Amino acid sequence: MDLIKTIFSDPEVWQITILSLKLSGLGTLISLLIGLPLGTLLALGKFPGRSFFMSIVNAGMGLPPVVVGLMIALLLWRSGPLGSLRLIYTPSAIVIAQTVISAPVVTGLTAAALQQLNPRLRMQLMGLGANTIQVVGWLWWEARLSLLAALMAGFGSVISEVGASMMVGGNIRYQTRVLTTAIVLETGKGQFDFAIALSVWLLLLTFIINMTLTWIQQRGVRS
Amino acid sequence: MSTVLEIRDLQIRRGKNIMVEVDHLVVEQGEVLAIIGPNGAGKSSLLLAVALLLKPARGSILFNGFKITNNSDTQYRRHLGLVLQEPLLLDTSVFENVAAGLRFRHTPRPEIQLRTETWLKRLGIEHLRQRPARKLSGGEAQRVSLARAFALQPDLLLLDEPFSALDAPTRLRLLDDLHDILSETDTTTLFITHDLKEASNLGDSMAVILNGKLHQCGTPDEIYSNPKDDDVRAFLGLAAN
Repeated sequence: MDLIKTIFSDPEVWQITILSLKLSGLGTLISLLIGLPLGTLLALGKFPGRSFFMSIVNAGMGLPPVVVGLMIALLLWRSGPLGSLRLIYTPSAIVIAQTVISAPVVTGLTAAALQQLNPRLRMQLMGLGANTIQVVGWLWWEARLSLLAALMAGFGSVISEVGASMMVGGNIRYQTRVLTTAIVLETGKGQFDFAIALSVWLLLLTFIINMTLTWIQQRGVRS
Repeated sequence: MSTVLEIRDLQIRRGKNIMVEVDHLVVEQGEVLAIIGPNGAGKSSLLLAVALLLKPARGSILFNGFKITNNSDTQYRRHLGLVLQEPLLLDTSVFENVAAGLRFRHTPRPEIQLRTETWLKRLGIEHLRQRPARKLSGGEAQRVSLARAFALQPDLLLLDEPFSALDAPTRLRLLDDLHDILSETDTTTLFITHDLKEASNLGDSMAVILNGKLHQCGTPDEIYSNPKDDDVRAFLGLAAN
């Protein structure tokens, strides 16, 4: 109990929490901006190699964060191709890595959500005179519950990852230390009580965010 | 009377198989043309091709004298009303479903309100306006689908077996209503059905499609009194010569 009190009264824990939410939220948002149109294109488009791209996206849904971390680190390393941007060990590097992790998840689940809809619904919308944007807008609306699930899965995949954040962020105090990397650090120092308390706090945060999204989703089911 | 729709030398394929072939077919202003044939004859494919929802392998479709191309698909479709076998209503209220096509056309709000209310009333579903469309019965849903199409005041109404999934009493009531509405509004209509009674009750003329080929076109009387060949005769259930 004392430990939980300590955690809540520690300004550093709040700073780490806010940074974690900010980076994972931004990573998820960028993933959504990439994944929603890309998943829609894969679900509704007819072009050569569509199945191949779909396979790549589906494989990407299971990308190990450590591998993503390594790839992004090699790209952003000072001597790497994007080294001149000086992004390694910055919050931006973590956002990039988290985007790479969650974009395939959002893309794949968006495509699956749209493919589950009755294909004649699209025909009916076009038959009513809808242009492409109007058709896509309504299909997103019809698939909104599954799309919210895609959002939750995307956020879940980044708020909980540690490998990529550690490799590209460097776990620098007050700069790139997030909840998961802090837990690894405390465990490494043998501070198990503090690590457990941080883990509980992370679980609680994830639960609150997912509960809010689920509430929105299930409200949609009822209406 | 002017020609609204003209189909020339149309062929629709699925892979190597020919789904339907129509050498020449004309729908005049205000005419209700019933396209009739057994299941799998290619009737629905023809209707989808007319709506530019299926790409023909060859041939042309002329609408009000102009050849329709894929470049003008949305503008062209905004002259149509489309009712499919399943109502395919959107997950919103009945009112919003009926108003959907008008919103796609950016019709001014007061006009959307007026037209939607008018057609909700005309189809006898005004009491359902705020109901979620997904919670309607089959007959109610198909009424919404019809109201949605008529609210657009289409130059050409395309009906693809809209009553085939309904029970007999509901179907008959809807057919009666549709017959009255088509007479009142003088809407040019292409009506797909496999039911001979529906075709002759609703259609000013009939086009018989068998095994993907247009066999005969004419008024129901002409076709019944003078079937073109044995296939048409057999389909109509008439004794062979």
